[in-house]
Amino acid sequence: MSENLLEVTDLKQHFPVAGSKKVVRAVDGVSLFIKKGETFGLVGESGCGKTTTGRSIMRLVEPTSGKIVYDGNVIYDSENKVYADMLPYRRKMQIVFQDPYASLDPRMTVGDIVGEALDIHKLYESKQDRHDKIIGLLERVGLNSEHANRYPHEFSGGQRQRVGIARALAVNPEFIVCDEPVSALDVSIQAQVVNMFEDLQDELGLTYLFIAHDLSVVNHISDRIGVMYLGHLVEMADSDELIFHSMHPYTRSLISAIPIADPKVARESKRIILSGDVPSPVDPPSGCPFRTRCPYADELCASKAPEFKEETPGHYVACHHLDKLN
Amino acid sequence: MAKYIVKRILFGIATAFIVATLTFFIMNLVPGGPFLSEKAVTPAAQEALEAKYGLDKPLFQQYLTYMGDLVHGDLGDSLKKRGFTVNRIIETKFPVSAKLGGIAMLVAFFLGVPLGCIAAYKRSKLVDNIIIVFSTAGIAIPSFLSSTLLMYIFSTKLGLLPSLGLSEPKSYIMPVIALALYPTCYIARLMRSSMLDVIGQDYMRTARAKGVSTFLMIFKHALRNAILPVVTYMGPLLASLMTGSFIIEKIFTIPGLGHEFVGAITSRDYPLIMGTTIFLATFIIIMNVVVDILYAFIDPRIKLK
Repeated sequence: MSENLLEVTDLKQHFPVAGSKKVVRAVDGVSLFIKKGETFGLVGESGCGKTTTGRSIMRLVEPTSGKIVYDGNVIYDSENKVYADMLPYRRKMQIVFQDPYASLDPRMTVGDIVGEALDIHKLYESKQDRHDKIIGLLERVGLNSEHANRYPHEFSGGQRQRVGIARALAVNPEFIVCDEPVSALDVSIQAQVVNMFEDLQDELGLTYLFIAHDLSVVNHISDRIGVMYLGHLVEMADSDELIFHSMHPYTRSLISAIPIADPKVARESKRIILSGDVPSPVDPPSGCPFRTRCPYADELCASKAPEFKEETPGHYVACHHLDKLN
Repeated sequence: MAKYIVKRILFGIATAFIVATLTFFIMNLVPGGPFLSEKAVTPAAQEALEAKYGLDKPLFQQYLTYMGDLVHGDLGDSLKKRGFTVNRIIETKFPVSAKLGGIAMLVAFFLGVPLGCIAAYKRSKLVDNIIIVFSTAGIAIPSFLSSTLLMYIFSTKLGLLPSLGLSEPKSYIMPVIALALYPTCYIARLMRSSMLDVIGQDYMRTARAKGVSTFLMIFKHALRNAILPVVTYMGPLLASLMTGSFIIEKIFTIPGLGHEFVGAITSRDYPLIMGTTIFLATFIIIMNVVVDILYAFIDPRIKLK
């Protein structure tokens, strides 16, 4: 459990703004590690760079700079100019996309969508073997053999997301980036799909990077959680540690926003409401990215970015004023 | 599906009928007649000629007679080319235009589609800009200009290619280029814009995550999704290319159907005008039905009903 499967160091992903020299700092120096067999949850509000982080790790968008090490092999290192051929890693690292409607090719049958991955990596011996594998994958995610000849538009959102998961599982990966895999689904279906992710992890020994904006879902599924704000990771710890002993003011406000089912408890609990809006990633604030909305911010926060460091064992946080907070 | 095709064919017949009717009356509204230009025709001889071809009868009766023959597949006799039926003229001239047009069509498709794909993939890069500039120019240049320029360079100046007729394989080169220029450029632009749309789709990212190579991403996943507008354009295009371009056939002296068609109009050869118009209209109608049926094969989401 303790060995790191994925290590990301100072990952940056900047996109040029059309018609100007400015860049959108979608991901601006994220460092994290994911242990073998665990689920790492990545949370943050819309536009904070979670999805881009996932895609950059998969090199579906080429990162601007940083270093990515997968299972001891450097797959990307801008400093030493290492840009590994991703094809062998596409067998080990897979991704389930957020939108189950747009992420499946409408011209291909579900069988071919799943089978194409087998074709590319030559994972079958005969046509019969290919067919059996496709059916096996569909059944594993709760679909059946007759679904293989149908097209994506004939399925519901939940079924389509199952197709997306079967497709990701086709190559027998070790690591899956789950990019908000349930946020496009009905709440009733969300639970089914989340449970399926957990079952698959138990059966296949998968490691997940689970991206979501819903802290309660992430808390349910994750062993460890990272919180992102404006392209930066602000806090990272074991899930329970993060929920019950959060240190960063942003994490605290997120946790206070989790709805509580019991109205009595809900009435008594205090919500921390942040003022203002998220600054633009084109012109991020100097120093600490959170300082414009932070109740504890002072001159130090404006002049110097806080270091992302381990405060207590396994609990990383980036804030100058932890003493004031705790 | 079968029901849909039957329905489309019935609509097609109705359309052809309307085209025939409109052409018949508009054609007769144009002043002049088939026998006016001939020298020294006595009034008596002219009356005799008109009586022979039924042109002395009331217009509506002429119309009924024509439509009656048409139902039986008889397009009548040419008034100018004595001894030739319109059916015979179309039978001999159409293959000439069809062969030339068919080749031009293949050139346009196999050049236009990859050019459009490359331009889209290299969006805003130099290659894309070059393709855009040339395809815009290709659309803007009229065929009489491109034909005469080609002829000037390759026949007059360099003496490499024959300037008229279709007597040998290399005489096809210039007419095909002149004919294919516009559709090639149009298809390239159509393909580019439709491809740009598809490249931005999420399922392209899915393909990349599977490990699909860039070449297969463009030519398998994206092309299949982006080709629909091109197919739509190609149906009627095939009909118009294969029935011949008057200008190009005239410049290169090619004995095709387009040449014949315009000749018929200037000489008021009524049955030949009607025959070629109905032939062209029917061809276009058929191609549109074929395109609609092709849709269902290309895009599984389209159900024909």
